[in-house]
This record gives sequence, C-alpha cells and structure tokens, in this order.
Amino acid sequence: MLQSIIDRRLSGKNKSIGNRERFLRRVKEQVKEAVRRAIDGRSIKDVEKGEDIRIPKKDLSEPVFQHGEGGRREIVRPGNKEFVKGDRSPKPQGGQGGGGGGQASDSGEGEDDFVFHLSREEFMEVFFEDLALPHLVRTELTEQPEWKTHRAGFVSDGSPTNLHVVRSMRGALSRRIALGLGKRRSLAELEEELESASEPRRSELLAEIAELKRRIEAIPYLDPIDLRFRNRVRVPVPSTNAVMFCLMDVSGSMDESRKDLAKRFFILLYLFLTRHYEKVELVFIRHHTQAAEVDEQNFFHATETGGTVVSSALVLMDEIQKARYPASQWNIYGAQASDGDNWHHDSSRCKEILQQQILPACRYFAYVQVAEPEQNLWDEYATLADEVPHFAMRKATAVNQIYPVFRELFRKEGRAAA
Amino acid sequence: MTEISAMGSPENRRHPTVGPDRHEWGGRRSPPPLQEMKPLAQRPAQPLPSPSDWSFELIEQYHEVIRATAERYGLDTYANQLEIISAEQMMDAYASVGMPVNYRHWSYGKEFIATERNYKRGQMGLAYEIVINSDPCISYLMEENTLAMQALVIAHAAYGHNSFFKGNYLFRMWTDASSIIDYLVYAKKYVAQCEERHGVDAVELVLDSCHALMNHGVDRYRRPAKLSLAQERARLEEREDHMQRQINDLWRTLPRKAEEGAEQAARRFPAEPQENLLYFIEKNAPLLEGWQREIVRIVRKIAQYFYPQRQTQVMNEGWATFWHHRLLNQMYDDGYLADGMMIEWLSSHTNVVMQRPMQPLNPYALGFAMYTDIKRICEAPTEEDRRWFPDLAGSPWLPALHHAMRNFKDESFINQYLSPKLMRDFRLFSILDDETEKDYLISAIHDEDGYRQIRQTLSANYDLGTREPNIQVWNVNLRGDRSLTLRHTQHQGRPLEKSAEEVLRHVARLWGFAVQLESVNAQDEVVQRFGVPGPQ
Repeated sequence: MLQSIIDRRLSGKNKSIGNRERFLRRVKEQVKEAVRRAIDGRSIKDVEKGEDIRIPKKDLSEPVFQHGEGGRREIVRPGNKEFVKGDRSPKPQGGQGGGGGGQASDSGEGEDDFVFHLSREEFMEVFFEDLALPHLVRTELTEQPEWKTHRAGFVSDGSPTNLHVVRSMRGALSRRIALGLGKRRSLAELEEELESASEPRRSELLAEIAELKRRIEAIPYLDPIDLRFRNRVRVPVPSTNAVMFCLMDVSGSMDESRKDLAKRFFILLYLFLTRHYEKVELVFIRHHTQAAEVDEQNFFHATETGGTVVSSALVLMDEIQKARYPASQWNIYGAQASDGDNWHHDSSRCKEILQQQILPACRYFAYVQVAEPEQNLWDEYATLADEVPHFAMRKATAVNQIYPVFRELFRKEGRAAA
Repeated sequence: MTEISAMGSPENRRHPTVGPDRHEWGGRRSPPPLQEMKPLAQRPAQPLPSPSDWSFELIEQYHEVIRATAERYGLDTYANQLEIISAEQMMDAYASVGMPVNYRHWSYGKEFIATERNYKRGQMGLAYEIVINSDPCISYLMEENTLAMQALVIAHAAYGHNSFFKGNYLFRMWTDASSIIDYLVYAKKYVAQCEERHGVDAVELVLDSCHALMNHGVDRYRRPAKLSLAQERARLEEREDHMQRQINDLWRTLPRKAEEGAEQAARRFPAEPQENLLYFIEKNAPLLEGWQREIVRIVRKIAQYFYPQRQTQVMNEGWATFWHHRLLNQMYDDGYLADGMMIEWLSSHTNVVMQRPMQPLNPYALGFAMYTDIKRICEAPTEEDRRWFPDLAGSPWLPALHHAMRNFKDESFINQYLSPKLMRDFRLFSILDDETEKDYLISAIHDEDGYRQIRQTLSANYDLGTREPNIQVWNVNLRGDRSLTLRHTQHQGRPLEKSAEEVLRHVARLWGFAVQLESVNAQDEVVQRFGVPGPQ
C-alpha cells in the first residue's frame, strides 16, 4: 500500500513568500510608518536589523456575513456541575456574550493588534523605497568607479604616444619584402642576361633594369598600414569599500536633542551606504575648538564643551583620509552636523578646506544644520552648494524632519526638489 | 491532528479530499461487508525498536505494522504517501488552507505570519500533520516529531482521515477531486496570469470580494455535475463568450414592444431566490470582465470543494482519533509496541481529546467519545442503550462503526448517536440566550427530561444552515438602476452583524451597481436594512 516515504525537507521551502509579499503590499503604509519609528533610538550599526510591526486588527479583517448579537440562540456546553433545568444566570454587563456563544470561535479573536516581524531585508527594502543616490554618485557606484588599465596586444590605430616602433618597422619590412619579391626576381634575371647580352639587346635590358629599380624603390618604406600601437584596455575594479566620516560639533550649544538629530542623520547615511558597499567604515570626529577622533559612544555622549572652530574637524578629516583611506581605494563620504554657530573667521576657511581638499576626494558630502538660525557657516556653505553637485546641505530642527531631509538629499533624480 | 485550542473549526477545512471513484459511487457498490476483525497472522518475537529519533527505516517498519493492523480492522483507504517536511514547510502548508498549491493572496500571507509567530513563541503547537486526500493520499510528517509521534500521525492521518475521505457519503457525493490538485494548479496559473495582465491590485480586489462571499458560494442541495479538468478547460473559452452574450441579452437596452415590456416589468429576476451568491454573480453581473468571472468561478469551486469538510468536523476528527487510539492499542496488545512508546503517544492523545468544562466542545473529544461510545453500545449495552438504540445494542461493533462513518454528517450523526450516557459523561447542558430576557436560561441538563432536547440543540448547532446567516439573492432591478437586493431570513430573530455592510461593499464591487440587503423576521417583516451605493 505504501507507495513511498518522500523526504521533502530540502525542496519547496518558502512557498509562502509570494503571499507574504502580497501581505506586505497591503499594509505598506503601516509598515513604512513603523520603519520610520524604528530608526529612532537605535545605534548606528545596530539599526540594520528587522523590526516588529503592529497593525490594528481591523485593518486586516476579512468581513463575512455573520449572526450578530440578539435574537434567540441556544447552545450546548460541557461541564455542568451546578445548574438544573430552569436555572437562570445573569448575562454579563455590556450585553456581549462573554458567557460564550456558539459563535465565539468565529468572532472571538478580539481587537488586538496584529504583530509580525519584518526581516532585515524587508526592513531595508521599505526603508530605501524610492530613495536613490543623486545622479553623480549613483553612476559611480553602479558603474564601478575604479579602473585599472592593462596591455591587451597591439592594434592598428591609436595615439602617437602608443606607437610601437619595432612592431611597426617589422611590419613595414615584411610588407616591403613581400611587395618587391617578384620584381627583385625579375631584376636578377635581367642582370644575369645582361652579362652576356650584346647591343641592341643590352640597351633594352638596361632600360628595363632601370625601370625595375625605380619601381622597387617606389615601394613605400613605411606605409600607414604598417603602424602598430600598443593597446591598453580599462577594466573596472570592483570597489567595495567605503568610509564615512561623521563630523559633529559638540560645542556648548549642541545639546542632547541636537546630537540626537545628528545621530539619526548619520544612521540613515550609514544604512544607505551599507546597501552599496560590502564594507563601510565609520570614522567619528567630534570637535569644539579642537577636533578629535572618537568612538561612537563618545561621539554622541561626550560632555566636553567649549567654543567652536569647525575647520579643525575638516582638517582632521582630511588628514585621516589622506593617511588611512587613499581616494584611489576608498569611496569616501562625509557628513557633517552642526548647529552652525562657528567662530566667525573660521567659516570661510571651512569652505576653503572643503572646496580644495575634501570635496575633490569625496563621493558625497552632506551638511546638516540642526538648528534654525542661518549663521555664517550656512552662508558660506550655500555658495559652495551652488557650485559643487556632490555637496548638499539641509536643515533639520525636529526628529520628524530627519527622514524627509535625508530623502531630499538622496532624492531620485528627476523628482522635483522640495 | 493538532493542538486543540489553537485550531478549532478551521482545522477541518485543512483536509482536502478526493472524491470517490466514479463508477463506485454511481453503482453504489457497497464496500466489503465487515464482521469481526481478522486474526493476527503471527505474534512478533520482540517489540519494534523504540528510540526517540525517527529514521526512514523505522518509519517504514512502523508503517508496515500499522498498515497490517488497519487492514485487520477493514479500513479501506487510498494508497498512502508519507512526506517528511520541516516545520517551516508545515507553516507554508497551513498558510494556503492546507493545500500544496494555491493561488497567491495576502490573506494567506497573513495566516502564515500569524502561524509562524504563534509557533515561534510557543503559544501554539503546530499541527503534527496535515493530510491531503488525493490518490495516493499524502500525509505530511513533521521532521521535529519523535518516532512515537510519527507512529501516531501515520495511524491518525494515513489510516483514519484517509479512510474517512474514501468512505463518507458527503465526500463521495460532493467532491470529485481526483483532480483537485490539478484544478488548484490551474487556478494558481490563471490567477497569476491575470495578475500579469491586469495588475496585482485589480486581481486582489476581485479575490477579496469573492473571499467575503465564499461561504455563500456553495450549492447546499444541488449536486454539481462533475467535470474533469480537461473538460473544464475546454469549456472555459466557450463559457466566456457565451456568458457575455447572455448577459448582454439580459441587460438589453433596445426598447422592446409595449406588451413585452409590461410582461417584463411583472417578471421577477431571479424568478426564484438564489442561495449561491457567487454563482449568481458569475452568471449575471453585468459589468464583470471575462477574467473576473473566471476568478469568481475559481473561488466558488474551491468553496464548494471544502463544503463537505465544514460539515464533518466532529465525525472526521473523531474517526481519525478513534483509529489512532485503536490501532496503537492493538499493536501494543499484539506485542509490537514498547511501553515507552505507549506512554509517549498516550500523553499526546490525552492532550488532543481534552475537554475544558464550560468551553465550546472540542470536536476531537466529542467525536472520539462518540465512536468509542458506539463500540460500547454494541459490545456492552445497558438497559438504557437498548431503549435508545435498539438496532445498535448488541450488534457487531465494527460494521456498526463503519456504517456510522459512511452515512452521516455532524448534524445527523449527533442526532442519531449521541447517547444519554455520553451526555452525562460530558455533563452537557444547554443555555438559552434570549434577547428579550435579562438572564440566560438553563434550558436543559443531562437528565431524563433533557436528553432529547440537548441532543437536538447540539445537532442544530452543527448545522451550517443555522451557523451561517441565510442570505439569498432576492431581486434585481432590471428596468431601473440595476441594483441588487439580497434578503436575509432571520433564524430565531437573530440579526446580522454590522460587518454585513462591509460585505455588501464587496458584493457591490462584483455586481457593479448598488446593493441592498433586507433582513426579514419570521413574520416576513423587514426589520433591518443595509445598503451601499454602486462602485464610483
């Protein structure tokens, strides 16, 4: 009778994935909201895990025709120990049958939230939906920015610098030999005949020999088709490393809430970069009048304070980058957060350092001002933003602005700017 | 079999079945007569090995003994195919109403997520098995089960459920599912094609609306003609063309002759109320496109397919539970099972048939108790049993049990076999909840006065006709706004739940125009009205 025992364990896993996708489509708005909330209050490296999503149950109901409360109904229950026929038992207050109706199993699921876990991939999927790098960066990322050239034989055209003289001459020589072969043979025959020839045949031969010699000499010494050039091809080198510099102002005016805003922004940027690179390194630089490289904990929870010299951080970034992250091997990103309150004469210097040292090495540099007033740093940067496409700046003064601001900075090309 | 509390009624829907083989049903060939069980061929020298972990050889050894034992009891089954699957795959299977294939829909995703979550949190044991009745009958064994559990599942599913599917009259009559898997494959492909052509959203809307009416998409009394999948396919295109012609005819806008018009005005449409809402919509909704109609049809077909399962919950689970219990005990008596195995499967069995007092009846517990009770009445009838069951008392138990399995559904099974002793054992009582009264009334208890009443009440509780509101297509405004009127006939004055309006929106989406619903009481007075405008 038994046909077989079949081991199915390795086949057909995840059959429900399609249904799950459809479910997520359906609850997209709630999922988006939950993802936004989840970003708050996670450390940068920790943020990249799944998330529990709560959805009010009524949003997921599948209505069917059902009996409502009321009318007469009679049900049978087990376990009677106390009642005799004709006994009465008060209905629970509120009228709804907690006493258990025949329909209890159909409708008694309650109005609890429906909770489910969004996997890491799904989380990121939602998170980065309709986000994309600005054109410049996207091109470089997707088309692999690093190139390596190497030789690939010889080709017949190219630039003079790549001319390969020996190859070309060798070609010319063989062409000349090939083209002159018949003529030289005839010449040799004629010269042999000449030895024994007498007039008037001799004069004829001399004329023919002269003509042949002329024609042999007319074979070009070097023809354009002899030229050979060195061939070099460019092959893309996958670059999978990125380093992200987080620059934060920790001067006295940067209170916890402003630091929090900055942190959220850095989280987004970090997550974003990890989508594109296998490895993303973080460098945390904080500064007041002096800049220092610190770990994440110190970065966000430093209690030091002092005046503000923003350029100190930029200088340090530049130094670290040049020392440890050569632009040829690393994709360099920078994000700077400050309340914009800078020592007056420093702001122009900041612009200068950015423009001349940092931006040429960076793929993208974003500045977020976590306070409203437009200080001189903002003004200086604003002139820069007009000129340099991979520099962007925005203001964010409340938690709920961070995400929109981030989205704006990394808006898909072709969408209207806000 | 599953953990009881978690599964409740939907469990039964998870046992798709295959119908009888046609000539067998048509000719009403009766199964071989049963008298006593066949004797044991040879006692084993020693019990089967009983480590905790299963292996393929061990499963085969156990299966062989279970098979032989089932045969001695005359259990007639389709051929069995056992499949080992992982817990995750079990959840996959759960999520699409237990079927190995099904079309995609968000609600299955929701189901999967809910199951997965409960399972991971340990709030719910997964079903130990799912059985799909096809020929061969496929039973899923979960890899996490111990050997004792695998033995229990094989006895329960591969011999219990399997023989029920092959034997019970409702399945024989209603489900010609020698092709159910094929049909589901077809449905899945068709829906996927529609999604490609018309977009996932458009298809989802139609499916959502159809699902809302699924319980009202069955023919309760009329048996549909059986068609093979090939015939179905051949008829599909023809149907699409023809359908649109007919509908156009129904909704003809050209003016007719005057007298014809008067006659038309008087004519009701439909002439008789229609209980199968999905069928009515499929055939008459004016604006549905061909593919939408086909989706309505697919959902309707599947609803019809599950209909017998919804009516045989107690019987089916009870039967499977009775047989795993009987077969494994027999194997122990014959010397095949070691003591440790016995203790392990018995503890699972006890969980399955546990009945909490005052809670809704557990179909496993009730069904198991009833079959066990029938056996008792046959073997050791009391005076009371002789009075209540004169034909049954003292007759050979095995044929009696098979007879009970084959010829009833839950409602009639309880009406026929629920004995006073069992009512006393369960301490059953009935509660009357009347809207006009302040209190619940205990209308009957397990005493001489109450037996018949309790039996009747319980039987009615299992009647789908009383469980689900009776809603029919009442009228279509042919000459005017094309609106559709449904009529709900109240059962014992019970009104419709408020969600009815939500459902009406789904009806309106399919129908394409406004929809009303009137609820009428026993005096034929309209006491409740719902209405939704047409889409857009």
